[in-house]
Amino acid sequence: MQKPIATTRSATTIPTGKLAVWWVLASEVVIFGGLLCSYIMHRLGHPEFGDYAAHTNVWLGGTNTFVLLTSSYFAVRAHFEAEHGRGANAAKWLYATVGGAVCFLVIKSFEWTHEIQAGLTITKNAFWSFYYVAAGLHGLHVIGGAIIMLVIASDAKKNKELHRVELIGIYWHFVDVVWIFLFPLLYIAK
Amino acid sequence: MATPAQEHSHAHDDHAHGADGHGAHDHGHHEMSFWSKYVFSTDHKVIGMQYMFTGLAMGIIGAFFSYVFRMQMAYPGHHVPFFGVVSAAEYNSLITNHGTIMIFWLAMPVLIAAFGNFLIPLMLGCDDMVFPRLNRLSYQIFLLSALVLIASWFVPGGGFGGAWTAYPPLSAKAQYNLTPMGSSLWVIAVALEFVAFLIGGINFVTTAMNSRAPGMRMFDIPMVVWMIVIASILFMASVGPLIAGAFMLLFDQTIGTGFYDPVRGGDPILWQHLFWFFGHPEVYVVLLPAVGIVAEIITVFSRKKMFAYKTVLYTAFGTGILSFFVWAHHQFIAGIDPRMANVFTATTVLISIPIAEMMFVFVATLYGGSIELTTPMLWALGFIAEFIIGGVTGIFLGSSGADIYFHDTYFVLAHFHYTFVPIAVIAVFAGITYWYPKMFGRMLNDTLGKIHYWGTIIAFNGIFIPLFLTGMGGDHRRIYNYDNFPELANDRLNHLREFATISLVVLIFFQFIFIVNFFWSLKNGKKAGNNPWNANTLEWVAPSPPPHGNFAELPNCYRGPYEYSHPDREQDFWPQNEPA
Repeated sequence: MQKPIATTRSATTIPTGKLAVWWVLASEVVIFGGLLCSYIMHRLGHPEFGDYAAHTNVWLGGTNTFVLLTSSYFAVRAHFEAEHGRGANAAKWLYATVGGAVCFLVIKSFEWTHEIQAGLTITKNAFWSFYYVAAGLHGLHVIGGAIIMLVIASDAKKNKELHRVELIGIYWHFVDVVWIFLFPLLYIAK
Repeated sequence: MATPAQEHSHAHDDHAHGADGHGAHDHGHHEMSFWSKYVFSTDHKVIGMQYMFTGLAMGIIGAFFSYVFRMQMAYPGHHVPFFGVVSAAEYNSLITNHGTIMIFWLAMPVLIAAFGNFLIPLMLGCDDMVFPRLNRLSYQIFLLSALVLIASWFVPGGGFGGAWTAYPPLSAKAQYNLTPMGSSLWVIAVALEFVAFLIGGINFVTTAMNSRAPGMRMFDIPMVVWMIVIASILFMASVGPLIAGAFMLLFDQTIGTGFYDPVRGGDPILWQHLFWFFGHPEVYVVLLPAVGIVAEIITVFSRKKMFAYKTVLYTAFGTGILSFFVWAHHQFIAGIDPRMANVFTATTVLISIPIAEMMFVFVATLYGGSIELTTPMLWALGFIAEFIIGGVTGIFLGSSGADIYFHDTYFVLAHFHYTFVPIAVIAVFAGITYWYPKMFGRMLNDTLGKIHYWGTIIAFNGIFIPLFLTGMGGDHRRIYNYDNFPELANDRLNHLREFATISLVVLIFFQFIFIVNFFWSLKNGKKAGNNPWNANTLEWVAPSPPPHGNFAELPNCYRGPYEYSHPDREQDFWPQNEPA
């Protein structure tokens, strides 16, 4: 398909793709914002949520925070390489970022398996419903981001569509930031 | 930064390129198969048409539902022609799906997606949306959502019947709503619809920000484009919590989570907050594009510059912001803190000010103009007259003291139909009759158009004025058969209900005139030419109907969209693309 001329115009001077990514993030902020505000309102009304939160594993959650932040650093390196036109290097850093995502998901599934085996399931009460749904929605974003990153990396390797490396980086930082909110709310606030 | 001049030459080069046989403009000359041209097209006009016809088809289903349950109201327990005897469960499902369809599958796809897709690139003077394939994806998800909704009526237990607001615990627990599959499919359909409009909205906003014709400044953008863009942003900013809420409801229904279950620390009122935090901005999401359509039409047929363009625009922004602070006026009797009810009363009454101001501005545009009472102009004027009734009755309901008595009566129902029918029906007809020549290259028949207009407007008032009266007489919205309520089954109220139902049948009858006119004119209407209304905006520069790529040469923009009857000119219009 031929790119329309509309796509190449830039009245704001911001490239169209970047503009769209920011709008995607804006709508994501409201989705997660609604979910987290709902949780916070419940948390304030139910002191017993603190007791439930005590059953979460802060060490694993903390490790995952570290893993995600590190992967974000890799994404920054990928952007740096892409900006200098070194597609192959950018791809390598993107693969490292995906590695971070996989590591995050492995730790997460380990954590969930233990909790579910201990009877702390999604249906137990509203806290655990929020816990699994909020972290699950975030996890879906990690998976989606990783898949898109692989596609972009395979293009970047051939020095194609290098500007997309920055776009996925912006998205990846957002996924990171969401976790930065989830971690204290679900794990630390006891 | 590319200056407008550079950008212009850039667009120009691209165009020249196209003329050589490589560019986007050349696509029209290729033989495209039926499938790639009409079904899997990425052309914004085709996608707009897909949205329009899907939306109108869903609207016909929604209208049929209203016919069935109105017949049940007027003649309870009788056999309804084309349907049969209405059971209580069917009645609940019909009203639920009527509301859901009319808002999510008629008003939104036609007002925002159909007009947005068709008009934004044309009015901005570019060849397509910035993301054509995302645009196609948006329609495909929308179509899927419509199919899921339709499927939900045919599963065991029948369609969801917990009203379009879907309050838990009724919506969350199958032992209460008795529609174990119908209610889940309903939630999935609505969530998919939201996703479709998020994708579409991002496309609209980005296109309007980046792809304007060289020379078109922010304040040269036609009002209807602004309104659709503002509506898309409002939608984006309000729907998120409800998407989260919809998943929470779906999980409560299917895997038994406890979000809305007080026994396990959840709260059913949470849904009401999430729903109305979206639901009230949603009113403005559909209202603003309707207002935009009306603004275009009134200006063109007054042959006068739009009065207070910037004021309307700022007012729209103000309305949008304020619309996030009124949602709890739907919950005055849901057990919210009475002090909060006072706050929400104040914000709700406040929001009538910007809307009233827009209506005054339109009257000011009419004042002293050379008014042409064409069919689209009649619809636009009808919009103002009818919407004002909806606005004024809203003040009764926004005031918590009065609302406690009116809540859940037919007064509420009549009120919001006086807002939604002008939006989803009157403004839609205004838009279709106005842009039909551009969409299909031929004029609609004016006489048939006027018969359709008067039949619709008079019958519409015939439906809902009686319902204000029954509402004040105590008619509750959720009653399936008034014969079971002796104090409401008196002759006076029965006659009003019957009058409303007969008016509805008349209104539906008049729609056949429109359908005949629509299809007859496709072949037999007068050829429209590029600019049959002598309008200024850029879509009228393109051929009718516009080819793939829209313009023979992408236009430049030299002035605002509403320079009508300029004193220095012989002609009473001054197209945006005409050099000074």
